[in-house]
Amino acid sequence: MSEPFVEVRDLRKYFPAGRRQVLKAVDGIDFTIRRGETLGLVGESGCGKTTAGRTVIRLYEPTSGRITIGGTDIAGLKRSALKAFRRRMQMIFQDPYASLNPRMTVSDIIGEALDIHGLAASRAERARRVGELLELVSLGAEHASRYPHEFSGGQRQRIGIVRALAVEPEFIVCDEPISALDVSIQAQIVNLLIDLQRKMGLTYLFIAHDLAMVKYVSDRIAVMYLGRIVELARSEDLYGDPQHPYTRALLSAIPIPDPDAEARKERILLQGELPNPVHPPSGCPFRTRCPLAMERCAREAPAFREVRPGHWAACHLHD
Amino acid sequence: MTDTLLEVRDLRVSFDVYGGEVEAVRGVSFEVREGEAVAIVGESGSGKSVTAQAIMRLIPTPPGRFKSGSVLFEGRDLLRLSEKEMQRVRGNRIGMIFQDPMSALNPTMPIGMQIMESLILHRRMKRSAAKERAIELLELVGISNPEARIRQYPHQLSGGMRQRVVIAIALACNPSLIIADEPTTALDVTIQAQVLQFMKELQRTTNTSIILITHDLGIVADLCDRVFVMYAGRIVEAGDKRDIFRNPQHPYTRGLLKSLPRLDQPKNEPLVPIYGTPPDMMLPPGCAFRSRCDKAMRICELEDPDWTVVGETQRVRCWLQAAGAGVAAVAGGEEERP
Repeated sequence: MSEPFVEVRDLRKYFPAGRRQVLKAVDGIDFTIRRGETLGLVGESGCGKTTAGRTVIRLYEPTSGRITIGGTDIAGLKRSALKAFRRRMQMIFQDPYASLNPRMTVSDIIGEALDIHGLAASRAERARRVGELLELVSLGAEHASRYPHEFSGGQRQRIGIVRALAVEPEFIVCDEPISALDVSIQAQIVNLLIDLQRKMGLTYLFIAHDLAMVKYVSDRIAVMYLGRIVELARSEDLYGDPQHPYTRALLSAIPIPDPDAEARKERILLQGELPNPVHPPSGCPFRTRCPLAMERCAREAPAFREVRPGHWAACHLHD
Repeated sequence: MTDTLLEVRDLRVSFDVYGGEVEAVRGVSFEVREGEAVAIVGESGSGKSVTAQAIMRLIPTPPGRFKSGSVLFEGRDLLRLSEKEMQRVRGNRIGMIFQDPMSALNPTMPIGMQIMESLILHRRMKRSAAKERAIELLELVGISNPEARIRQYPHQLSGGMRQRVVIAIALACNPSLIIADEPTTALDVTIQAQVLQFMKELQRTTNTSIILITHDLGIVADLCDRVFVMYAGRIVEAGDKRDIFRNPQHPYTRGLLKSLPRLDQPKNEPLVPIYGTPPDMMLPPGCAFRSRCDKAMRICELEDPDWTVVGETQRVRCWLQAAGAGVAAVAGGEEERP
């Protein structure tokens, strides 16, 4: 097994929530991603997955914890060094309508990244590179002079992908890259992301809530709940043999586009909703909704431990 | 066979926009039986939401225009009712659940009052009786401590609870039909599972009919009896859920099903996307799907296909099946209805 390319240790990101209260959006998570691997990060809204993705590449300043990417300690980088390092880590955003400047042409949206990192020596070189990049995602050089509103959602997301690729990064955080797209377009973008990963040896952190798509895309998957990772395993193991009660409930909740499978499926219905993250429950964060909660779960938080080789879970049932 | 509750016939709705006329719904016909849940499936721009809004007469005219069609519901054509008569149908005989519970609720009114409103208006209930019924309804949709909750405002509730309140409002007057437009799209999967479970039980216990409008085929498989697949303002395939999922006939339906990853799909087996993008609504003649269809033929450019019956429950608008079934049958084309 190769060395981890991305290594995150005890990462925390707290936000002030008024009246001296603290929102612990990410509360001590650990994971690694190997070079060329895709780690899926799933969870419901408010679980901290987007904050985690943004903090890993320091779009947010971490409150504490260690982040190493390709041997470099990201958390400790000074401003100028961080800017230079940004070339190696990029992000693809969820909403292709909000993440492209409506007043910039496609060529400027992509060219800006080249300019900032001094990757094009001349205007001609810049134009050539923009054209090449557009072709990479099945658009053409003729699209370079157009504005975002002239494109469909799927095409815009391709432009967002090209912008991330322009600086030849090694690591990309994909934050729900397909959830704003129509079903028939989602497969196009997912195939493109996988194809680009193979061609360019990219490493992905793939954040999503569509569990079937995450399973398809990811080599390993981490499940987040209320700021913590509750389970992490190879995709097949996570789906085939989930160890955490939350993962089991989450998987059983996915509607399957097959009436017979739906009829056979036993659904675990969770009671209630996600607790307020400003006042998380004591002990295990999931205990208020857990069908298997014990007295101990309120007293102490379960440790994140390896319950099988390569399969991690944070649950007292596995002590 | 149970009775037909709602019958939509040849519904055409268009919008006058700068640069011309957009035909959002181009001749949609379907029926909903008593106690049945049907799904209208389609992508953004397919006309599914406009169809729902047209049934409820929620389309602003202008810019919208009803070009033809009828919506027969409990013996009357909704499109011919006066606005005043229509108000007695909306929220009373037909309930509606909208996608975004935050914008469907009045932020300045306690949720209890929002439920009581329609009871007082439609059922002429006294305030105290309406309040009691509101508490009952909140309990029914699974909101704990309803006596205290009725005084709360929407911003004090979570997304899942807000959607339950919207459902409670839709149910308040015991409607015979509920139209749910992407009712769980704004919700998380575990909350979605709760809401869907609730809707299923509701349908079983009260025999309410449901029109579910969605892009999520998983939800359809879970909740519905029959499916209508819409593309570019038309129903292109219709049938019982099992037939549609097991034996889809229209290349678009097939494409939709194939572009979803199966849970057992290995990563080295690529997804099969539908190429191209959904059409804009200024449509050229012929089949609207042909530019994205890998089986398009010459005739697809010339003429929009009519219905072909392909099974006991299933009908499809596609030249491939029309050719297979014998063009003569199509040319006869006596039945417009799906």
